[in-house]
Amino acid sequence: MPISQLSYEMAHLIGAAVLMAGFQLLYQRRLFAVLNTFAFQAVALAAAAAWQAHIQNAPHLYITAGLALVFKAMIVPFALHWLVEKLGIHRTVETAMSIGWTMMAGVALVALSILLVLPVTVNAAALTRESLALAMSVVLLGLLMMITRHNAVTQVVGFMALENGLILAAVSAKGMPLVVEISIAFSVLVAMTLFGIFFFRIRERFDTLDLNDLETYRGDRQ
Amino acid sequence: MNAVLGQLGQIFLVVALAPLITGWVRLVKSRLNGRIGASPLQPYRDIYRLLQKEAIVAHSASWVFRAAPYVTFAAVWLAACIIPTYTTNMFLAPAADLIALVALLGVARFWTALAGMDVGTAFGGLGASREMMIASLAEPAMLMVSFSLSLISGTTSPTQIIVFILDGGVGIEVSMGLALVALIMVAVAENGRIPIDNPATHLELTMVHEAMVLEYSGRHLALMEGAGMVRLTLFMALIGGIFAPWGIGVPGTGAAGALVGLGAFLAKCFVLATALAFFETAIAKMRVFRYADFLGGALLLGLLATIFLYVSEAV
Repeated sequence: MPISQLSYEMAHLIGAAVLMAGFQLLYQRRLFAVLNTFAFQAVALAAAAAWQAHIQNAPHLYITAGLALVFKAMIVPFALHWLVEKLGIHRTVETAMSIGWTMMAGVALVALSILLVLPVTVNAAALTRESLALAMSVVLLGLLMMITRHNAVTQVVGFMALENGLILAAVSAKGMPLVVEISIAFSVLVAMTLFGIFFFRIRERFDTLDLNDLETYRGDRQ
Repeated sequence: MNAVLGQLGQIFLVVALAPLITGWVRLVKSRLNGRIGASPLQPYRDIYRLLQKEAIVAHSASWVFRAAPYVTFAAVWLAACIIPTYTTNMFLAPAADLIALVALLGVARFWTALAGMDVGTAFGGLGASREMMIASLAEPAMLMVSFSLSLISGTTSPTQIIVFILDGGVGIEVSMGLALVALIMVAVAENGRIPIDNPATHLELTMVHEAMVLEYSGRHLALMEGAGMVRLTLFMALIGGIFAPWGIGVPGTGAAGALVGLGAFLAKCFVLATALAFFETAIAKMRVFRYADFLGGALLLGLLATIFLYVSEAV
């Protein structure tokens, strides 16, 4: 089925919305704002998957969209919300690296991923190329978020955002088997559960979720 | 001849409509806050009242203080005359472009800041220094947006850009989306709306624009407030014209085209003003030290828009 120009453009626009949410994640400093932005990114991701299902005529991508909507836009943010409230850290304001520098690094990473993806995928279809560049940028922004944040919860959100980028790449490439996506979705849930347990363990042991404090920790020897 | 008529209509329309738009934003905000609010016509009455009043000038004020309201209003009015609102058939359209628009707004801001410092009160100087800080961040972002729009359409003239987009020269483009978000952020900063500045505040330590015009009264104050209202209309015309140009009158459609364009412009302003009121109600003012992050974000979005332009060209 030939894909019209408009379909391309819509796909790119939704992909750009996911990327914007990635930048917004870098910009936000309060934990609840980060979680809300993450939920928005997941909704945009679900929209991207649903649109790809529509234009590629691939009904199984609707399941991917549903998985993204239920797991990543609802269950994970709600669970993290609950955790943050339970741990009593909802007032934490992060001042890791200055936001301006982080955003600039983010733009540099987007440029890098474009420079990387375009020459590598010369033979691929146009739709896939631009979407891949977007998805790669989302992945790199997720990594950047994991590097620049101190708090364990925001690092986990960075990890999940990275995973959003992977799904964005997967749905824009044709012929990704459904079983892979389902297993990714469930592994994210499992990871989520493990992270939750770890949050409590770290808190119990060190009285903080700031991972910088852990780096200087020398066990019981002082 | 038609172009001259179109231009004259434009010149009077922006000034006539500006208080109504501001009044509408205030009304919607009041309703959202659970207040009844004044009629949207209230700004007209305010300006009429101010024009009746005597203009008091401080002893320490120089001629700069007296000239600033006229220069500011003239610069903003001139800037508003080159952004098509209801028709692209305008006499002055080839005379100026987006770069000139940024420069005109810069002139207005420069004079307002000078006036703020002229009297020598603490508030005026404080407001002027903050205004200049915001300007140093917002202007590059605005220029970046202009560059990406110009790269897409191959011209810096707002009229030409609108005609280009109207002819289907550009589809739904990632760069356009990014430029739109960046332009909205710049517009919020330039007009002193929440989260950058609170337009409803008076005598508060965080005020920016109000602090500079604190010493004005009478017709001077009316001009300063009018300039702010026309600036808001200008940005609505710019956003509505470039990103939703449908309905605008083009040369050759005559009076019917202009009427349709007028209706479309009113509808766009209505939507944008209501959206602005909702946005301002939902969000809190940010700290002064976070302006750099907000406007730096706008600059980077403009930069991203340009970057993605090269991607879609390479594909």
